[in-house]
Amino acid sequence: MSTRTPQRPPQQGAPRRRRRRVFWTGVAFASPWIVGFVAFTIYPFLGSLYYSFTSYDLFSPPHWIGLDNYRAIASDPNFYKALANTFYMAFIAMPIGLVASLAVALLLNLKVRGIAFYRTLYYVPAVIPIVASAILWTWLLNPDYGLVNIVLRALGLPDPAWLLDPRYTKPSLILMGLWGSGAGALIFLAALQGIPQQYHEAASIDGAAWYRRIWHITLPGLSPVMLFQFLMGLIGAMQIFTESFILGGGANSGSMGGPDQSLFFYAIYLYQNAFIYLKMGYASALAWILFVIVVLLTVLVLRTSARWVYYGGE
Amino acid sequence: MHRIRSESMRGRAGAIAPDRPVRPRRKRRARAYVPHAALALVGCLFLFPIVWLFLTALKTPEEIFAAPPALLPKHWRWSNYADAVAAIPFGRYMFNTLLLCAINIAGQLLSAPLVAYSIAKIPWRGRGLVFSLIVATMILPGQVQLIPVYILFSKLGWVGTFLPLTVGSFFGAPFYIFLLRQFMLGLPGELSEAAKIDGAAELRIYAQVMLPLLKPPLMTIALFTFVAAYTDFMGPLIYLNDASKWTITVGLQGFLQDHGAQWEQLMAASALATLPMIVLYFVGQKYFMKAGSALTGMK
Repeated sequence: MSTRTPQRPPQQGAPRRRRRRVFWTGVAFASPWIVGFVAFTIYPFLGSLYYSFTSYDLFSPPHWIGLDNYRAIASDPNFYKALANTFYMAFIAMPIGLVASLAVALLLNLKVRGIAFYRTLYYVPAVIPIVASAILWTWLLNPDYGLVNIVLRALGLPDPAWLLDPRYTKPSLILMGLWGSGAGALIFLAALQGIPQQYHEAASIDGAAWYRRIWHITLPGLSPVMLFQFLMGLIGAMQIFTESFILGGGANSGSMGGPDQSLFFYAIYLYQNAFIYLKMGYASALAWILFVIVVLLTVLVLRTSARWVYYGGE
Repeated sequence: MHRIRSESMRGRAGAIAPDRPVRPRRKRRARAYVPHAALALVGCLFLFPIVWLFLTALKTPEEIFAAPPALLPKHWRWSNYADAVAAIPFGRYMFNTLLLCAINIAGQLLSAPLVAYSIAKIPWRGRGLVFSLIVATMILPGQVQLIPVYILFSKLGWVGTFLPLTVGSFFGAPFYIFLLRQFMLGLPGELSEAAKIDGAAELRIYAQVMLPLLKPPLMTIALFTFVAAYTDFMGPLIYLNDASKWTITVGLQGFLQDHGAQWEQLMAASALATLPMIVLYFVGQKYFMKAGSALTGMK
């Protein structure tokens, strides 16, 4: 992330007292964040590490059990189930959504009349609360009466049971994600508009077809934003919760995690342990494992990004 | 651009071979409709589910399960909305939600620009570190913090109140601080002058000079905070165990659990929960559109 840094102030001969005053003024202005950082980042961070080595149910004081939580997780089939489902969302569903966002952005970048109107419309699904859109899609994907299958049958295509068939639950989530791809598209669109028009004109004059211009000009120009969206998408997908919670019928139902646990995601697993079984220690260990996985993935993506991210002439 | 070029080339097609065969005019006219057709088609795919939501909410159960379904209800059953609102304390949920939204917006608007000002305009040692930490926390998965924060709030006796869902906003969200910092760096400002004055004067400059300039990004932040607070599900789910304190999203989920098979009412309740967001979006549309460009500034 290259960000402009302000010029350094002229410090030559600045009396120490003044510099100290400036320092404390800066700290005072930043104090809300500093307090919040200690209370809501540092403390929880170390706190969850400590709790992960304990057995704790909120009512009796936590007691130290060493690595037992981690050992139990390593042999918990639910852990692997949740991890596999979550990786599916992070590495299959999320990239599909990203490509769709990009395609929509290219569409919204067309220079035609009324394009501002389309840009406004495409974003609308993204402002709908996930709870409401999950309920809506449960209905749209109803195997017998849902609109999606009615259309599919009319076209003579197979009509899966979607949210009731464990093989189709995650593709159903992908479908819901595509519906909200206007939000990601808007970010890509802003980046598209930042690509100098001369590049395209020069390529046109040299006779480059539209697909070659996309490959050689548009995609490299978008790559920094692509990296940002990919990282944010990855972190978001690793924490996916609400969709599964609603589609699985809520906390008190036996169907939490969807049919055949096909929507049993890491966050659901964590929620279940922390807030249904009140196994705070076990859940903290899960949270830390998630944290380590996210950090590893982030580092991996950033390491390889040097090969495919193009930062222009900056 | 492309048109002009091929037009001028047609005259001397023999001299310079055009890179593409020149199409007859009518075909080119037809081609001009292709983008519109594609845009309209995709637009329908995006919008139709929402239209369907509002239409289904007006049908009778018989119409809902009719095969094939009619697009429009035969009799517009507005009573579905009334029934849904009567089945759950809808007004209460909406009031709770809007209250949470308002407090969160106030919190972010009080704290985020202050912190951003500190790291953008006050030349103090340590602001570089603060900025790096803010960026780092942006990618931290929130679920690592979830449990200890819950334990903390439960020790404070705050579980079941709105405090866990509002207090955090007064410490400035990293993302908003980041956006505001980027914005402030684009504003002219004499850092050397800032260095000469004391803290109280600095606060005056901030309030009288800086804040008025920040109106556009603050609007964007207010809207984003509203959407985040309104649509949040996990927070209210975990912290609000008393149904009288529920928000729209948790209330809607409760409704789904109790009335799962009554689709017309479920659709009506979902439509009602969605409507404020859609209205807000069209009112503040200009600021939503800005979010994309605000983000791409960060490369």
